[in-house]
Amino acid sequence: MTDEVVLLDFWPSMFGMRVRVALAEKGIDYQYKEQDLKNKNELLLKMNPVHKKIPVLIHNGKPVCESLVIVQYIDEVWNDRSPLLPSDPYQRAKARFWADFVDQKAVYAVGKKLFSTKGEEQEAAKKEFLEIYKTLERELGDKPYFGGETFGFVDIALITFYSWFYVYETFGKFSMETECPKIIAWAKRCLQKESVAKSLPDQKKVYELALELFGLK
Amino acid sequence: MADEVVLLDFWPSMFGMRVRIALAEKGIKYQYKEEDLRHKSELLLKMNPVHKQIPLLIHNGKPVCESLIIVQYIDEVWNHKSPLLPSDPYQRAHARFWADFVDRKVYGVGRKLWATKGEEQEAAKKEFLEIYKTLESELGEKPYFGGETFGFVDLSFVTFYSWFYVYENFGKFSMEAEFPQIVAWVKRCMQKESIANTLPDQKKIYEFVLKLKKIFGLE
Repeated sequence: MTDEVVLLDFWPSMFGMRVRVALAEKGIDYQYKEQDLKNKNELLLKMNPVHKKIPVLIHNGKPVCESLVIVQYIDEVWNDRSPLLPSDPYQRAKARFWADFVDQKAVYAVGKKLFSTKGEEQEAAKKEFLEIYKTLERELGDKPYFGGETFGFVDIALITFYSWFYVYETFGKFSMETECPKIIAWAKRCLQKESVAKSLPDQKKVYELALELFGLK
Repeated sequence: MADEVVLLDFWPSMFGMRVRIALAEKGIKYQYKEEDLRHKSELLLKMNPVHKQIPLLIHNGKPVCESLIIVQYIDEVWNHKSPLLPSDPYQRAHARFWADFVDRKVYGVGRKLWATKGEEQEAAKKEFLEIYKTLESELGEKPYFGGETFGFVDLSFVTFYSWFYVYENFGKFSMEAEFPQIVAWVKRCMQKESIANTLPDQKKIYEFVLKLKKIFGLE
């Protein structure tokens, strides 16, 4: 029986992008279904009744929710190629820790504050944003990827925020290249991979969408 | 070489309790080190510089942080007995989803219940009841969240049982009345030695919270 794989997603979502990258890394054929988040359809509500969010992977009719849970699922089911998590339990724990750091430190939320607030609140968000990325830069160190020699779980968890860097830089009035040069070098390295390049939307497109979505000018 | 396992923990922490249960389920000998969270030890700060939090497992000198990550690590390293996660990838994804739900929803709302007053507390109570209803509906008629056997989701949630008396007291409701299936499930879990021996007494946790409220001026 051939696998039926469907992805419910929203093109600018960094979380959805993670799943797109994972599917591309594994060379999995799937049907992409763009969701209107202001008008959620029956399929989304039925497949993710708890959070009603994207991304949702539907594999042979069965839903998997939460981007990092989906990526691990993809890695475990299609385990014959391009491993995304390390095989060693300790390295695996480290990878999960750093992917969780990206999610826990609300890289998403602090980025959002950067472009949706002003004055003191925005200054505080900017400070927090830069601290988080500097911590990530320290963890990266001189390694080509967070996982070491090869692209992996933590790289997938973080690289998708690259599409939003132009938004952050413009509203935060700073340059990621100046503040976090190693992160930019790492991002460019990741973008050389086809799975990443074809999954990440253009920064300017995301910027225009952000302006519209959040009523910014 | 014999394994050296150390756990940095704080006795009332539901997150630390998860690791204690996992270690007990696997029959792993370890050294327990109680942390004073107002005076964190050098070891804690050195081993978890990013979050500076417990629980922290140190296995042969190498630190593993974040309770659910530690539990998965324990399950993968000591994989010869008492599996905590299902072997099927879909069931595993399902288990991770619900453990993540517990992490994201259950701790925060519980804390608001005892740490706030008035309207804020009323809103927290409403949210609390909704969250627990969702969990009860996920449990359904199954003996455990994992199905026939105690597993990852059960482990991630059962540790909040120690705090039920705190929630009931400050929220002014009865868990048994509101969530009979959850209470029945908890009692089933408490028949397991690994859990009964790990979970602190509810009254002790309540006294701890009273002290905490005084210290933080939350009375």
